[in-house]
Amino acid sequence: MLKQIEGSQAVADAVALCRPHVISAYPITPQTHIVEDLASIVAEGKLDTEFVNVESEFAAASLVLGASAAGARTYTATTSQGLLLMTEVLYCIAGMRLPIVLTCANRAISAPLSIWNDHQDSMSIRDSGWIQIHAEDNQEAADLHFQAYKIAEKTFLPVMVCMDGFILTHAFEPVDIPDQDKVDAFLPPFRPRHTVDPMYPRGLGLFADPRFYMETRYIVHRAMEKSEATIKEVSEEFNKAFGRQSGGLIKPYKLDKADLVIVAMGSVVGTIKDTIDRLEEKGKHVGLLQVCSFRPFPRKLVYQMLKDKTNIVVLEKAISLGRGGILGSDVRWSFPRTEQIDRKISNFIAGLGGRDIRMDDIEAMVERVEKEHVEFDFLGLNRDLILERDL
Amino acid sequence: MALTANDDVSKGLRPGPNKNELSITANVTRKENAIMIEIRIHGRGGQGNVRAAELLAIAAFKDGKFAQAFPAFGAERMGAPVQAFVRIDDKKIRLREQIGKPDYLIIQDEMLMETVPVLDGLKSDGAILVNSNRTPEELRLNTKARVDTIPATEIAMEIIGRPIPNAIMIGAFCAISGLVSLEAAQAAIMEIFPGRIGENNVAALERANEIIQKRKNHVETD
Repeated sequence: MLKQIEGSQAVADAVALCRPHVISAYPITPQTHIVEDLASIVAEGKLDTEFVNVESEFAAASLVLGASAAGARTYTATTSQGLLLMTEVLYCIAGMRLPIVLTCANRAISAPLSIWNDHQDSMSIRDSGWIQIHAEDNQEAADLHFQAYKIAEKTFLPVMVCMDGFILTHAFEPVDIPDQDKVDAFLPPFRPRHTVDPMYPRGLGLFADPRFYMETRYIVHRAMEKSEATIKEVSEEFNKAFGRQSGGLIKPYKLDKADLVIVAMGSVVGTIKDTIDRLEEKGKHVGLLQVCSFRPFPRKLVYQMLKDKTNIVVLEKAISLGRGGILGSDVRWSFPRTEQIDRKISNFIAGLGGRDIRMDDIEAMVERVEKEHVEFDFLGLNRDLILERDL
Repeated sequence: MALTANDDVSKGLRPGPNKNELSITANVTRKENAIMIEIRIHGRGGQGNVRAAELLAIAAFKDGKFAQAFPAFGAERMGAPVQAFVRIDDKKIRLREQIGKPDYLIIQDEMLMETVPVLDGLKSDGAILVNSNRTPEELRLNTKARVDTIPATEIAMEIIGRPIPNAIMIGAFCAISGLVSLEAAQAAIMEIFPGRIGENNVAALERANEIIQKRKNHVETD
């Protein structure tokens, strides 16, 4: 049913429809309404699940790790510092191949303290072996959870659904929440590959000496690469079952006519699409390549989509301090070194700590890269606030 | 009047520059290329600003339109200046930028106008609704936009018993703009606040509507 609801509520409703057996949550800052709404759903008796309020995000992640290892379908949500506190456990979850689903309401990282949106939190654990998929709007944020469980339970890899904090989590917009039967038909019950059971003791993720450890990393890496096919397949199945496009690896927008292409992910693609339409009215063709799956990074598909484009600009909400753009690096790496073509790939960092990204900013960025190749820059930086002595 | 594809129906939804042009166009079916309407709400933490935005969006949704509401949170505390945004359109809303050039301003605390540049970016054919006991002329706002006032806090104290003006402001906004139907606003309030709180807020909303309607009749008979 189509409802006008908050993004967090939409995700909570979607997660409840996935019938998780165990939900853990550290219920105070930095948390979103997602687990609060889920707590209400459970308290009202609408969902039979074990809802556990824990003492920290470290505990929240540990609890779903244990529950998943025991064969349960599990869920937790966090953001920002909370995700950082989970980090150690998140690596363990991936190493143990536990198909846990986590929502990351993307927000900035301290210090200085910022509660606002950017992608630095999920980027900080991009190498952990978690699949990371980014939602464009609240409909997709909800839909990605149905897909996430299916992907996770097919690949035995944990899935992080990334949605922009505040911009999506706190936005009220129309979201179609499907019926339980439809979700049940799409998402079969979880069948664990191995479970821990006191009756039949066995270990999980215990110890690997130098004879074994490297192979475990190789296996997770290959599984991540192979999960590309599963993400695509599950998205197609979803589109067929629910009649709308959600998820997948990448999504092009008005690419065909464009020579200049913006690459981005998350909710900013909505603003970019509106900017592209506005530019089109002025007779200028700009395209968008939306990256939905950041990990695994669909390198070949990105290359295929962009190989004929001469002017590419990557706009991203995170930075590798001392290196530069992260998504920008991945896009550049997607092109073979030997390729002989006069192509410019520019890279802009924008929207850190909730800095508003306006259509005018995007248009200014387009105008700039039309004139020059911008290897790396910040968009919307106020240089008056920066003292030379601090640099 | 039959509308043709070339009619800029969105103009019917925009406020006119003077009080004689109060046209209620809520029942007009908007065309595909109608322009998106943007509303910015200013108030202080505790006045239900974010809730007002959400209620307007829910009401617009009930009227069959697409709507988006989102807050610009600052340090969240009672009394701090807060902004919330609403977009209403006939097609899916993709834009995520904050509202810099609103068609409508809803100002829940008139004192904010002394410290916050609330009028920034308001379209010249826009409209302002201020929670104030004073008349628009007494406010002496430096703007070409149409200004309306309503003593929302006073009405809130009388009907709800707490100084939360949002339902009154929504009622007045519905009556002035015709963008959202009163019935939908009532239903939105009852959906979010079932029971007594909702009923009181609906009563407050209706009072605001009556005041504005009376004023409009007054203008017409002038």
